[in-house]
Amino acid sequence: MAVLELENITGGYGETEILHGVSLKVEAGEVVVIIGPNGAGKSTAMKAVFGLLRLSSGRVLLDGADITSMATEQVVRHGVCYVPQTANIFPSLTVEENLEMGAYVRKDDYRPRMNEIYDLFPPLAEKRRQSAGTLSGGQRQMVAMGKALMLDPKILLVDEPTAGLSPKFRGEIFKVVQDINGAGVPILMVEQNAKQALSIANRGYVLVDGRNRIDDSGPGLLANREVAEMFLGGGTNGNGTGSGAGGTNGT
Amino acid sequence: MMDFINFHLMPGVILGSIYALGAIGISLTFGILRFANFAHGETMTLGAYFAFTLVQLTGWHPLAVLPFAMILTAAVALGVDRVFYKPFRAAPAIMVVIASFGMMLMIRSVIQFSWGVQLKSLVPGIQRPYILFDALRISPKHMLIVGSALGLMLAVHLLLSRTKIGKAMRAMSDSPELARLTGIDTEMVIRATWVLGAGLAAAAGVFLAIDTHVETMMGFKLLLPVFAAAILGGIGRPYGAMAGGLIIGIAEELSSYAWLGDGPLLAPGYKAGVAFALMIAMLIWRPSGLFRGKVF
Amino acid sequence: MDQAYGIFLYVVSLLTMGGIYAILALGLNIQFGFTGLFNAGIAGFFAVGAYVSAILTTAPSARHLGGYELPVVFGLVAAMVVSGAIGWLVGRICIRLRADYLAIATIGIAETLRLILKNETWATNGARGVSEVPKPFEHLPEPWNQVGLMLLVLSIVAVLYFLLERARTAPWGRVMSAIRENEPAARAAGKNVEQFRIQAFVTGCAVMGLAGGLTAHYLKFIDPNAAEPLTATFLVFVMLIIGGSGNNKGAILGAILMWTVWSATEIATSRLLPDEWAIRSAYVRVFLIGLVLQIVLQRFPGGILPERRLSAAKGDKSSP
Repeated sequence: MAVLELENITGGYGETEILHGVSLKVEAGEVVVIIGPNGAGKSTAMKAVFGLLRLSSGRVLLDGADITSMATEQVVRHGVCYVPQTANIFPSLTVEENLEMGAYVRKDDYRPRMNEIYDLFPPLAEKRRQSAGTLSGGQRQMVAMGKALMLDPKILLVDEPTAGLSPKFRGEIFKVVQDINGAGVPILMVEQNAKQALSIANRGYVLVDGRNRIDDSGPGLLANREVAEMFLGGGTNGNGTGSGAGGTNGT
Repeated sequence: MMDFINFHLMPGVILGSIYALGAIGISLTFGILRFANFAHGETMTLGAYFAFTLVQLTGWHPLAVLPFAMILTAAVALGVDRVFYKPFRAAPAIMVVIASFGMMLMIRSVIQFSWGVQLKSLVPGIQRPYILFDALRISPKHMLIVGSALGLMLAVHLLLSRTKIGKAMRAMSDSPELARLTGIDTEMVIRATWVLGAGLAAAAGVFLAIDTHVETMMGFKLLLPVFAAAILGGIGRPYGAMAGGLIIGIAEELSSYAWLGDGPLLAPGYKAGVAFALMIAMLIWRPSGLFRGKVF
Repeated sequence: MDQAYGIFLYVVSLLTMGGIYAILALGLNIQFGFTGLFNAGIAGFFAVGAYVSAILTTAPSARHLGGYELPVVFGLVAAMVVSGAIGWLVGRICIRLRADYLAIATIGIAETLRLILKNETWATNGARGVSEVPKPFEHLPEPWNQVGLMLLVLSIVAVLYFLLERARTAPWGRVMSAIRENEPAARAAGKNVEQFRIQAFVTGCAVMGLAGGLTAHYLKFIDPNAAEPLTATFLVFVMLIIGGSGNNKGAILGAILMWTVWSATEIATSRLLPDEWAIRSAYVRVFLIGLVLQIVLQRFPGGILPERRLSAAKGDKSSP
């Protein structure tokens, strides 16, 4: 039974449908990546998990249970944590307060977990009393991820974590993703940096125009000719051209 | 110089403290619920009238009944939200603004019906001010107002910076959607916001009543300066609202000082326009306010 | 027979004042119904129009500016021009503001206008107001003097309705509709959104000024606190929303309906109740109107006559 599954999701924000029968799943322990051209509906698919979409059909299943119409806060409480692409931290709160908010629904002492997060992201430890809005892009991303991890999530959803980051940070983020996964948390990730993302993924889904196009294992997609044409050779997204730099980042 | 301090600066500080308390509530509801609550002025009036009745019933000092007036007002605010605003949580913002506009008149008419429209006094009798240093006039009730206002602001600061719900309020003010995605119980934060905002509004109303009197239009007269203060300080920035309130209050009182030559700079009849002018200036020049709050 | 005559005169007055409110509602409809501009300062533009028309048409007086003794029609036109001009100034500054900011700003504008009218006593006679304002048809025998004015007001309503309907279905109206439905798309299509909004705002203010002018002549008197400005402003909003915001017919219907209810309940309570209760009943009436508004907002946001869309394919999630 998959940890998280989207079954035939069709829906959008207003009246127009963005997704058409999208299906995907994440099994225990996996890193699953969603890639696709701009406007393919990748982030939208992720938002469907949290009930942020108007769905005309399809289901969202968590450990087999139907959570399609569950309220956003409830979904989070059931252990599905989310790192959005933008607006993913509380700028007027300090780093430590952001993490505290991440732990809002915990009934127990969150301090041990917070220390674990500081171990995972050392730069945050020294800036813990600093207002999160004053941090650099990469540091903010760390706060966003750390915040999402405060609940010991059952599964972590990450939306384009490397968007707008320098190559150095990109590599670090991917390493962190692997570390988190190594600790047993399955990860669903949307990424523009297709090549780098696929190289750490167990499996991947290619979405085009709101539909499943190809799904395969990570290595399988990396070797796939069509995928190469779409993302890796054309270099339209800057990831192809950055492949030289990507090699030095330990991904 | 003494005239300046006694008749302009001091009244400005007192008025400013009252504005500050009202503005914090507006800033928080604006930031968290994303709408301008037009009924906030009437909330202040309601607090003053609750205090009046409580003083009549118990004979206590207004400051002693203040906590109870705050609780009663907060209860009304929660009820109003539940019945009249909650249905519009997911609707376009204009709907709840109209609803609050309607609430403003509904609450006022209830007050007028229940208590009548004659002026009432919260603190009977005239108090003689102390004279310090042969010239500085400090009236006990003014010390009371400023002291209590400072105490309340300190309490707000502690609530927002030390408690979980306070931090959740600041978080939700930054981004309600992210708050939801973090698992924060947003309805509880909304309730807390109403309680805090209404409690402070009640205090503002009571302090104004102590300073002047109780009358049915007092809250409406405060509405514009309080909104101006919240905008000046930056929407969603409670500390900004405190600063904004003081600035507006002092500016209003200083406007009628004889800065240039003989007469007041601005005819006292136009005092109420000072807040408005400052607000418009702010909206044009720097809509996010002094402390960079939200701009919607 | 007398009673029937009395009722007849009452109906005439209802239709006159109701007609004036219909003009106000039509003006608000341009701003709020069509363009989504929350003008909470109706009372201010109304007052400006009233004073302008009064000052231009009254006989000389030591107490206020005036003595031009111009014909009423001049006064009314001037009322529209001045109100529109102030609306233009306000619009230039405030038109970009989001709805609730605009509401706060316009309340402030109305208050400021009221303060000016109250404080500049050399021009306006301050709180005591301007009286002896000439009334059209006042030299005719009763009932023709009242009927004449009523017909004047109603024909103005009819002309206004006709003009506004033409504007609504004309290209101008379509652009306004497009802006309201989907502003980014309208901008992308090259439409100067601010200009259109300002036009709507100015036109609405001019219409409100006209209503103010008519009222000054009807009542032969105007003062800064005429009819508790905020209650009247609120009443116009309720009229529009209950009648059907965005719909000109709805605006007229809502105005006449609500005004009849308002006025009839006022008469009923002042006749049937002892004095202290009659005063209190005013508050009950305001409360009930407010309550009706809340119910309409929650249950029937479209109003009695919901807006008819120009193009059928649009969605329904817009402001009422």
